[in-house]
Amino acid sequence: MLDLRLYMLQRLTALVMAPLVLGHLAVMIYAIQGGLSTAEILGRTQGSALWFAFYGLFVIAVSIHAAIGLRVIAHEWLALKGAALSLLTWGACAALLFLGLSAVFVVTVP
Amino acid sequence: MTAAQETLDVTVHRGTTRGARYDSFQVPAHASQTVLDVVSWIQQFADPTLSYRFACRVGMCGSCAMMVNGTPRWTCRTHIKKVAPDGKLLIEPLRNLPVIKDLAADMDPFFDKWTAAEAQHHPSQTRHDPIEPIDPTDATRAEADLGVECINCAICYAACDTVAGNPDYLGPAALQRAWTLLNDSRDDGRQSILDAVSGTGGCHNCHSMGSCAQYCPNDLNPMRAIAGLKRETAKSFFKGKRNA
Repeated sequence: MLDLRLYMLQRLTALVMAPLVLGHLAVMIYAIQGGLSTAEILGRTQGSALWFAFYGLFVIAVSIHAAIGLRVIAHEWLALKGAALSLLTWGACAALLFLGLSAVFVVTVP
Repeated sequence: MTAAQETLDVTVHRGTTRGARYDSFQVPAHASQTVLDVVSWIQQFADPTLSYRFACRVGMCGSCAMMVNGTPRWTCRTHIKKVAPDGKLLIEPLRNLPVIKDLAADMDPFFDKWTAAEAQHHPSQTRHDPIEPIDPTDATRAEADLGVECINCAICYAACDTVAGNPDYLGPAALQRAWTLLNDSRDDGRQSILDAVSGTGGCHNCHSMGSCAQYCPNDLNPMRAIAGLKRETAKSFFKGKRNA
């Protein structure tokens, strides 16, 4: 169920995600070290174009990558195909985009 | 099989995809006995209605492959003592293919995919052209040589879990032949091969689980060939050919 286009899209989003995952983990570990409060974290992220771009890009890459992965699993293990498979792919992508981008907007937009 | 054991307990798949049953036979054990010997004994001495397929009996023709105790094997070159030391055998038709009858799998889907992968020679010259010298030490030729010993037995196809889950997947044998031709300087079908292996059933579905390489009786490595196809189609993608 993977043609060249979907395959490349999944590999390229993985390439984007690799450094972002490391950055995300580093930030998580750093943020909890000295007992940063929610207010302190939001103070740093709100209004920051950098954090908006970092997590905005992360969410887009994850949504595309995960939707294609779920598509393959659903086809091979649940024998889903045709319109149902497309619906699952696009639905998963849209749901992840909505959840992820909502969080990004709340945390980074003042 | 111990020295004292004189018979083998053999269970054989009978019937078709639509209706199957299993028959049991007691088959005399012999030294250096192959699985094909056992199947032939049943057909000749116990049940002449048993259907199965074989031709060369020496591992060249690729027609006698079956599932032996759940593993795809070329039955003519598989010794009983190696696969069934306890003398118990379960023999079934190749996995991932429809069954014509008993142990004879329908090979049509396998060869249809062979064609769909453009795994056929695309001549670059005519019979009137001089014979093109081939340098066996050339790296591209060496890569092509890795796959030429394929005997089309479909053991890799039966072993492949991606084929099992994704019936459209072209499978290891067809993709390996496509890769072999892609590396053959005498083949003129580069673009049509790259297009053929880039569709929804193409090489990109391979999860690199490696059952093809694990079970190939000729020790070929279709997984390596498929990785090569992924590489070439990806390069082609970056050159702006979205359909490879």
